[in-house]
Amino acid sequence: MSNNQQSNHPKLNLWRDVRFWRFAGQFLAVLIAAIVVAILWGNLNRNLQQLGIQPGFSFLNSQAAFDIGETPISYAPSDTYSRALLVGLVNSLRVMVVGIILTTIVGITAGIARLSDNWLVRKLALIYVEIFRNTPLLLQLLFWYFAVFLTLPKVENPISVLGVIRLSQNGLELPWIQFSPEFSTLLIGITLYTGAFIAEIVRGGIQSVSRGQWEAAASLGLKPGLAMRLVIFPQALRVIIPPLTSQYLNLAKNSSLAVAIGYPDIYLVASTTFNQTGRAVEVMLLIMTIYLTISLIISLVMNLFNKSVQLKER
Amino acid sequence: MRKWCLVLLTTLPVLFSLVACGGPPSSTPGTSRLDTVKSRGKLICGVSGELPGFSFVSSDGKYAGLDVDVCRAIASAIFDNPDAVEFRNLNAKERFTAVQTGEVDILSRNTSWTLSRDTSVGLEFAPVMFYDGQAIMVKKDSGIKSLTDLKGKAICTQTGTTNEQNLGDQMRKLGIPYKPVVFEDINTTFATYAEGRCQGVTSDRSQLLSRRTTLPQPQNHLILDAVLSKEPLAPAVANGDSKWFDVVKWSIYTLINAEELGINSKNIAQFANSKDPEVTRFLGKEGNLGEGLGLPNDFAVRIIKNVGNYGEIYDRYLGPKTPFNLPRGQNNLWTKGGLQYSPPFR
Repeated sequence: MSNNQQSNHPKLNLWRDVRFWRFAGQFLAVLIAAIVVAILWGNLNRNLQQLGIQPGFSFLNSQAAFDIGETPISYAPSDTYSRALLVGLVNSLRVMVVGIILTTIVGITAGIARLSDNWLVRKLALIYVEIFRNTPLLLQLLFWYFAVFLTLPKVENPISVLGVIRLSQNGLELPWIQFSPEFSTLLIGITLYTGAFIAEIVRGGIQSVSRGQWEAAASLGLKPGLAMRLVIFPQALRVIIPPLTSQYLNLAKNSSLAVAIGYPDIYLVASTTFNQTGRAVEVMLLIMTIYLTISLIISLVMNLFNKSVQLKER
Repeated sequence: MRKWCLVLLTTLPVLFSLVACGGPPSSTPGTSRLDTVKSRGKLICGVSGELPGFSFVSSDGKYAGLDVDVCRAIASAIFDNPDAVEFRNLNAKERFTAVQTGEVDILSRNTSWTLSRDTSVGLEFAPVMFYDGQAIMVKKDSGIKSLTDLKGKAICTQTGTTNEQNLGDQMRKLGIPYKPVVFEDINTTFATYAEGRCQGVTSDRSQLLSRRTTLPQPQNHLILDAVLSKEPLAPAVANGDSKWFDVVKWSIYTLINAEELGINSKNIAQFANSKDPEVTRFLGKEGNLGEGLGLPNDFAVRIIKNVGNYGEIYDRYLGPKTPFNLPRGQNNLWTKGGLQYSPPFR
């Protein structure tokens, strides 16, 4: 029948064929996007040429000639800009990875505490969440840096906690490792800030699990702690993970505020690079690509995790 | 179908607006920024705004300082009005992009003239306004007397400055390990040093002197004698506009030449009837020097009348009557053992 129909209309007007328009639409969209990019690129090239600058990434192989305060991988000022950027990237990843782990612990703890039966615990969690959620992160970072870390005693007479942790203007020292005040500030700052948001997500997730599940768990003889761990929380995860992913992404991106307190993350090193080379466009493209890649990886991992905890329809 | 028409209709204007703003007007070949400035009626000048003596908003709300007066001199040459300037505060990181994109007509912001900035950053440097050198400031009670005492110590500095690189070079040469703590904001740099996070802070000597006056107890800080580098601080414009560059360049030479000839804002009237051909040519009574620059012939008179000569400017902001009391040194005229020298006005 359908064959017949088509042969019945051999000269179907192209303009009235929906299949043509589907194709043409896609084509047009690509064309417009290509034209926009071409115009912008041409404009950029023309302007750079007028200044006598050749766009390109070869500057990455020239000597950086600046020093970096924290170098988890070996680096000397005689190394190249690409090596310097790599140092910055490792510094960024250090904060992001440790930050994501710590903020998850803080967030879940505070989120559960928000629903605690204990009045004081509940209110303390509320105060924490409201303060950290409602003030700008930059402000918090400057507070931690100037009002907390830089007011600590001098290196010569540090505060000793349990004889293991030493706190001074030089940062946080454990017997086997030392954290600079810049690293400590950034880590504490983004952990507590993001933790407040995660606490709200966790609270919302737990409250979304129906009352009946608590009752069912109780009727099986589970104590509240166990009921939370075995029954409620696994179900809440389904609601929690998607917004949690956003918070992890925020944490990763917010780590670039390191620039305000002098922690040499990828953004700070990139700023220095672009300033010394004048390669604003190239460096910006580069760090946009880097942040995009990091964000996509976090997103991918979290989506896989999300799939694994999703309710399996049987 | 209707949907696609809608998409088309909404994208086309965006597209056209992108074509329309294909670049600042100055980028049209054959047009100089001088014409842009003239038609705008004022000069847009990028300064630091954070450095007493060089560029700072004084108590009466006006910008003042050595860097500021460069802009006032150029505005005087073009408009006979030292106030026809709009100042933009730029930090060390923003400054070059602001020139490249044409956001400012001129950058007058204690910027060191270096080869790479001149070539790969796309700048053109005008004559040096201030010959400087990099130094390190420490607390007096720290017991630090020389660079070697800074071994293993933290040193604060600002990102994107030549200081950051010179410090690296010098310490590498001397084999002294140290910890750089780098900030984007100059205020944060000095606040962190003041709080004691860094045992030293490095910058150009003039800048250290200037910032020291803003610290809580200026007398407690010591600037080490060691000079880490030479820092010729010069205004800059964008590459590839020689007409505009000439105006900037010769406005600055006017300041220096006026001092060489002994002409200042107070005595300029006495030179009106001078018989000295050098003076009459310089002041536009004879010849047509202004024409070549695209300026009125009496541009030098306008500059000197409105802002004075180089020596006057120096004394006004950095001389003995100021908190800095900075000896002229290298910044004296070549005839007095300094480096300030103007090519002939002829």
